[in-house]
Amino acid sequence: MWIELNIALKFLRQGLTQTILILIGISVGVSVIVFINTLITGLQANLIDRTLGTQAHIRVEPRPDLNIAARPVTPEAVQIIVEDLRAQKLRSINNWQQVLVALEGMPGITAVSPIVSGPAFARRGDATKAVSIVGIIPERYEKIVKVSDNMIAGRFDVSPGNAVIGSMLAQDLGLKTGNRMRLEASDNRSAVVTVSGIFDLGVRELDSRFVYLDLKQAQALLDLYGAATVIELTVQDIFSASEISEMIASTTGLKSESWMQINSQLLNALQSQDMSSSMISFFVAVSVAFGIASVLAISVTQRTREIGILRAMGTRKAQILRVFLIQGALLGLIGSFVGSMVGWSLVWVFNEFGPKLFEIAPSFDIVPASVSLATLTGILAAIAPAWKASKLDPVTAIRYV
Amino acid sequence: MSEHNHIATKDMQNDCVLQLRNIKKSYNIGQPTEVEVLHGIDFLLDRGEFAALVGPSGSGKSTLLNILGLLDQPTSGELFLLGLPTSSLSDECLTALRRHNIGFVFQFHHLIEAFSVLDNVLMPMMITHGKPDAETRDWGMHLLELVGLKNTFRKKPSELSGGQQQRVSIARALVTRPALLLADEPTGNLDTHTASSVFEMLRRFHQEFSCAVLIVTHDPRISQACSRTLTLVDGSIISDERHPRET
Repeated sequence: MWIELNIALKFLRQGLTQTILILIGISVGVSVIVFINTLITGLQANLIDRTLGTQAHIRVEPRPDLNIAARPVTPEAVQIIVEDLRAQKLRSINNWQQVLVALEGMPGITAVSPIVSGPAFARRGDATKAVSIVGIIPERYEKIVKVSDNMIAGRFDVSPGNAVIGSMLAQDLGLKTGNRMRLEASDNRSAVVTVSGIFDLGVRELDSRFVYLDLKQAQALLDLYGAATVIELTVQDIFSASEISEMIASTTGLKSESWMQINSQLLNALQSQDMSSSMISFFVAVSVAFGIASVLAISVTQRTREIGILRAMGTRKAQILRVFLIQGALLGLIGSFVGSMVGWSLVWVFNEFGPKLFEIAPSFDIVPASVSLATLTGILAAIAPAWKASKLDPVTAIRYV
Repeated sequence: MSEHNHIATKDMQNDCVLQLRNIKKSYNIGQPTEVEVLHGIDFLLDRGEFAALVGPSGSGKSTLLNILGLLDQPTSGELFLLGLPTSSLSDECLTALRRHNIGFVFQFHHLIEAFSVLDNVLMPMMITHGKPDAETRDWGMHLLELVGLKNTFRKKPSELSGGQQQRVSIARALVTRPALLLADEPTGNLDTHTASSVFEMLRRFHQEFSCAVLIVTHDPRISQACSRTLTLVDGSIISDERHPRET
């Protein structure tokens, strides 16, 4: 292999301008692939992080109340059903404590938190706002949504008599930590609570409506003593959430929704991004492959006579084949290495001087992947010209001018 | 055929280096334009012979030389190299035979510009054995010394004159100590003075290396200076003269 490598290197060095130009082409292509993929991966990670930072991966609730239609008299009978859909009242998950234990034992689930949640009004003086009461066990809930990391005032304390509210609600009602407000639920049940902390999760809906209370206090306010209306979960692999959710639904008989179902538009967007970045990578890789192939095809033509001489001196066809395959591999290897470095520089420039909407987390996996892929592409692109070179008739090749 | 067998073939103390039996070569076989350019060539070339192949343009000299160099296969007939019949050998075996037993000197030297003068000389060895060891490099330098170009070993072929390039190609042809040296108009592209010095060099090496030499030439002075002259006209050997003063 030494002589093949030597000849390949000498050929590349002899046609230096040609070699440099194609290396620039490969480098640009690979840098685009590295940058685009890193950017898209970073963007997706950021979107997922922001979305799942404020919500559970899976929500388990009671199934909605449905009317049960009478069975038709005979299977052939035509049945016309006229029904009023049932109003969905706030209901507890039956035997939620046992469900909780069962869920905790399921593989892939990292945290489980029971919640009682329902509507209420928050009143301070003459100001009233519709809110959503969220009764939690803080140590469990913190494993689902880390509210304490997003506190802008006070602390995350939902002990009896205390409430933690969102920043927009605090602004609307003019509340500060230590202030008191009245929470009014249905059937004239109400409670006066002290604002112990104000959070800002960066999500308008949550910041303007959520009022975190102790589970028991929320149960009393919503007249759901001992109840849990929702169980929220997190899972180890976020992309297995749908699978686990289906398993939960089938084993518990409850309604279970994964973050992917709840955020189907986001998922669509992520998939579209994935597809577009794959398409860009594919077409850039194809361009790079054609670039390498065309340069080597030209090289074979330029070196026809030298190939003929080498064959006359006893070089085997396989050796000639390897000379050009090595050239393809070297172009892919060097070009992709330089391209990866350029791609990383672009990532650095984006993080340092870009819009700073989010930071691209460096993923080093893409460098060896790009280098391996480009080297393989180089070899594949070189197959046709290398094959042609190895098949040259030495007599014709030597006479080639 | 293994490499070992080739070397064994080379080591045979066989006086007959090349034997041609009724060699014919046709082109465009089976087509209306089919043409036979060699019509049954027979001759023997022994170790130590220094022969010239002459003939007008289009007589089939290059075709015959390509067949002798195992670069091309005859349509029919048999060519024996060192007693080994070659017609049934695969391309791989022919390549190996060529590598070990035949040296080529072309009219236009055909050195590889990407390599230095010394690497060009050593190329046939490097093709077989890879990176040259000190002994091989010394052998290459010795050959360059014999052709008077020892000091140019680092240079690129284009930095040398035409005569110097041809001398490098002679050193290259001899580096494997071949049993047969084929030269296709080696002086055809050189001025008279350089041509005679290159020819003298070939004669000297022929004696030193005791190989068989066949030179294709148009130059009557060169053919006269050879020990034997084969004349090819219209694809047939019409005369085979031996010159006693050379034998």
